[in-house]
Amino acid sequence: MTPEALLGGFTDAPRQSARAFRAALEAMARPGTLWAVEGAAPPAPLSVAAGVLILTLCDGTTPLHLGPSYDLPVVRDWVTFHTGAPLVAAKDAQFACGTWADLMPVDRFAIGLPDYPDRAATLIVDMPALTIQGPRLTGPGIASATHLSLPDTAAFRANRALFPQGFDTYLTCGSQVAGLPRSTIVEAV
Amino acid sequence: MNAISFDTAARKAWMGLLARTSPARLNELLPDLPDHTVLRGPEVGAVMVRGRVGGTGAPFNLGEMTVTRCSVRLADGAVGHAHVQGRDKAHARRAAVLDALLQTPAAADYEAQILMPLRQEETAARALRAAKAAATKVEFFTLVRGEDK
Repeated sequence: MTPEALLGGFTDAPRQSARAFRAALEAMARPGTLWAVEGAAPPAPLSVAAGVLILTLCDGTTPLHLGPSYDLPVVRDWVTFHTGAPLVAAKDAQFACGTWADLMPVDRFAIGLPDYPDRAATLIVDMPALTIQGPRLTGPGIASATHLSLPDTAAFRANRALFPQGFDTYLTCGSQVAGLPRSTIVEAV
Repeated sequence: MNAISFDTAARKAWMGLLARTSPARLNELLPDLPDHTVLRGPEVGAVMVRGRVGGTGAPFNLGEMTVTRCSVRLADGAVGHAHVQGRDKAHARRAAVLDALLQTPAAADYEAQILMPLRQEETAARALRAAKAAATKVEFFTLVRGEDK
C-alpha cells in the first residue's frame, strides 16, 4: 500500500462527515444548486467532492463500483483503507464513482424493485466543469425551474420515466457537488 | 522512508505485545510521543472472534469483542497501525506510534528500552500463573480390583 493511499481521510471525522452529509442532503433535496464540501484529499483522479461523498456515504455494507479510469490500485487502496467498502461490478453496486464516460451505459446500475425502490444505485459523476447553466430541471425541490450542466439529457429523461424506480446522481467537480434525484424532470434547452 | 529489515513475524509479535500491555505501563515507558499525523482513528468498533471446535474443526462465532484501532504516520514517513482490546484511544494511539518507531533506524533503542522490559514482564507473569496452577495439580490413579480375574 503506497503512502498516498493512506493519506487524505477526514482529520476530524465526526464534524467533517456531519457537515458533508448535510451538504449531500441539501444537494439532493434541491436539484440544480451547487454545494461546497471539504475535508478529504483523495488521490487523483478522484475530485475532492467525490472523495468526501465516498468517505461520508460508503462503509463496509455499501458495495462501490469504480469506473474503468478510476479503477487504479491507489484509488482502490484509498477506498478500502478509509471506508472498507467492497469494490464490485456495476450490477451489484449501491454506489458508483467515475466520469460520465466511465459509467455509461447507465442501465447497468440497480434501479430498485417496485416494492423496494430504495434498493437503487447512487452514481457519483466526476465532471470536468459544473455550472448552473444547461438543461432545464423541474420537479420536487425546485420552486419554478433550475439549470445544471448535465453530461447527458436522454439518459436522465429515460431514468425519470422509470420513477419511482431509477438511480440517483451526484455531480461533482473540484470541491463542488450538485444532486440530481430520479424525481427531477430534465428538458434540453 | 529508510527501509529497515524486519520480518512480518517479528512485527506481529511486537504489535501483539504492545496490544496486551496495560495502558498505564506503556504510558510509563513512553510518556512523550514524537510528532505524528493520524491517518485513521483512533476509533472504537467491534470484531467477531471466531473459534474452531469439534472433530471437523468447523468455525463458530465465539462472540464480539470491543477493539480500538489507530493508524499514524511519523514525520519521516513510517506508518504504524494498532488494534487494541477495549476502548482506550490513548493506548491505541501510543501502540500505533511505537509500531511506526520500531520501523525507523532508531528501532534498536525502542526495542531495548520498551519491548525488552515488556517481554520480560509478560514472561514473568505467565510463569507465575503457570506455577500457581501447577501447585494445584492432582495425580489420578485407578486401583486394581480383585474381581477381574
